[in-house]
Amino acid sequence: MAMLEVRDLCTSFFTPDEAEMPAVVDVSFSLEEGQTLALVGESGCGKTTCALSIMRLLPANGAIVGGQILFNNCDLVTMPEDELREVRWKDISLIFQGAMNAFNPVRTVGDQIAEALRLHMNMEEAIAKKRVVELLELVGIVGSRAAQYPHQYSGGMRQRGMIAMALACMPRILIADEPTTALDVMVQAQILELLERLQKELGLAVILVTHDLGVVAEICQKVVVMYGGKVAEYADVDTIYNSPQHPYTQRLLEAFPDLNRPGDSLASIPGYPPRLSDLPPGCRFEPRCPVAFDRCQVEDPAVHQVAADHWVACHLVEKLALSQEDRRRRAEQTRAGVEGGR
Amino acid sequence: MAENDLAVIPRGRDFWTAFRRNKLGIAGAILLGGMILMALLAPLVAPYDPRQTVEVTLEDIYAPPSPEHLLGTDDGGKDVLSSFIYGARISMFVGFTASFIAMGIGGLAGLVAGYYGGRVSNLIMRITDILLVIPDLPLMVVLVALIPRKVTVFGARLEFPVLAIIIAVIGLLGWTSTARLVRSQVLSVKERQFVTRARAVGASNAHIIRHHIFPLVFPLMLANTVLVISTSILSESSLSFLGLGDPTAVTWGEMLHFAFSRGAMSGGFWWALIPPGIGIVIVVFGCTLLGNVLEEILNPRLKAHHLSPAYQPRKRSPATMPGEVKPAPASGGGGE
Repeated sequence: MAMLEVRDLCTSFFTPDEAEMPAVVDVSFSLEEGQTLALVGESGCGKTTCALSIMRLLPANGAIVGGQILFNNCDLVTMPEDELREVRWKDISLIFQGAMNAFNPVRTVGDQIAEALRLHMNMEEAIAKKRVVELLELVGIVGSRAAQYPHQYSGGMRQRGMIAMALACMPRILIADEPTTALDVMVQAQILELLERLQKELGLAVILVTHDLGVVAEICQKVVVMYGGKVAEYADVDTIYNSPQHPYTQRLLEAFPDLNRPGDSLASIPGYPPRLSDLPPGCRFEPRCPVAFDRCQVEDPAVHQVAADHWVACHLVEKLALSQEDRRRRAEQTRAGVEGGR
Repeated sequence: MAENDLAVIPRGRDFWTAFRRNKLGIAGAILLGGMILMALLAPLVAPYDPRQTVEVTLEDIYAPPSPEHLLGTDDGGKDVLSSFIYGARISMFVGFTASFIAMGIGGLAGLVAGYYGGRVSNLIMRITDILLVIPDLPLMVVLVALIPRKVTVFGARLEFPVLAIIIAVIGLLGWTSTARLVRSQVLSVKERQFVTRARAVGASNAHIIRHHIFPLVFPLMLANTVLVISTSILSESSLSFLGLGDPTAVTWGEMLHFAFSRGAMSGGFWWALIPPGIGIVIVVFGCTLLGNVLEEILNPRLKAHHLSPAYQPRKRSPATMPGEVKPAPASGGGGE
């Protein structure tokens, strides 16, 4: 049994006139202890919504409309709010996208990190203070800066402060929602190194939301490629990079610079991800898919398991499997025919 | 920029540097501070005690200003200056307490309405709408006249002084503007990411409101309260002037009431009418100046946007020392 298992998660947003915008549809994946899973895809593909759904932190106009999120065999979707408050941060914590805004500007950083300690561990003021200094030093910030306000920190420091806060209660799962956006490459590398080191030291499981495929290759074991709120492809990292099956994954990888061929111009995927209010009737990727055929326009592909740990949502895979099946059957039939003819 | 608006609320030393530059604010503070000081030191400053019973002759009634009575005497032969000084105490006490009640109710209503939204917000906001639509003074007159002063609750006989009723009525009717202001501010603060983060940390709603929203709303509430004080004092004076006050209490409104109803106007005894009037004007004017300036400093959004045509960049005064803290950093972290 995996530590965290997301089954057929569906999350929708509702407009004031009650129209439903399905932002996440039938997303399933699982996370083992100490593992790193990546949620990748373009902006607006439901990655953040998916991450927020796991902690049930959706904005007021969003709601989980189906599926299960099993953590230690408890369903987080149906858990009462007060029990969930205990799970939040103590078991699952979250590094917010853009840590600049995740700190209250009028309270000191140390005070805000201590908040989690006080809420969950009933820690005394003095002990909490010591722990805050420890945590800040763990992420490479001098402990005396706990008394400073967020605006006195640089962008990278705030990000590290956010990580320190996320680790405050020794969570078992850390959801990092684009922890390195808006940071330059040097700081980005530092932050990722830090995350990797902490993961090894503390045995954390990490869900990394990102669109940087280089980072994914480096630190993740499993990858969920999302497109338009659905899982396009889900496999381990080697499979995704070496034999991607979904045309979207293939294009995404092509759009990433290859160091071996520095002269090449980068490929891009023309068009934009679908708007939630204006979804195509068939496959959500069909309007941009270079290999789409008739069926893609009318029927949404189901998720096919192509190998033990490899799922793909594409008609082509089915076609491929069918054609293989077909060939085998025909071969059998001919063989049988030949044998019968004798 | 919107993300950083609240980050530039000047605090501590920055606040004082910004405040010192504002002449209107200083003027307001001096007016109000002077009156408060006078009220506090009344027994030392006032030449007579207005509650003392004095024997009067006909000459003492509405006697014009003289060395013994610098502002003359009133209809009862009492020293107007002393009444004016003592009257400041009760007038301002009523004004302040009523505004604190209004701030408490308004702040709470605004926080709850803004944070929870939905039906609660709808209910609270409709109540404020109704209260805003009804003209204040007639409603207050009716309420003060109708509320029984003696109430029997579970066999216990309670008697309220008129002033308490006046304070309650002004406080209970004066919270609407505060509630609206606080609600609008909460609506914007609660969408900020640190509120979601606090929720992610496992904080309850009450904790979030207390530790994350209130500290950001409080400065505006404070500025608003100063403005509410001035309307409260005005309301109290109006009620007393209309004869609904406590006839035994010395307040500016009572002084006006007695002077008006006992012929000071027709007799041309200006010294009985003008001092309490001026007192009210000074306090109200001081509060308004101070309140407006506080609001301007504490709510940077009211300042003209630096791209709007009305914006005039503030010239650097030569007096600014190199080491001095600048009042409002133009951008907090927009470039990061």
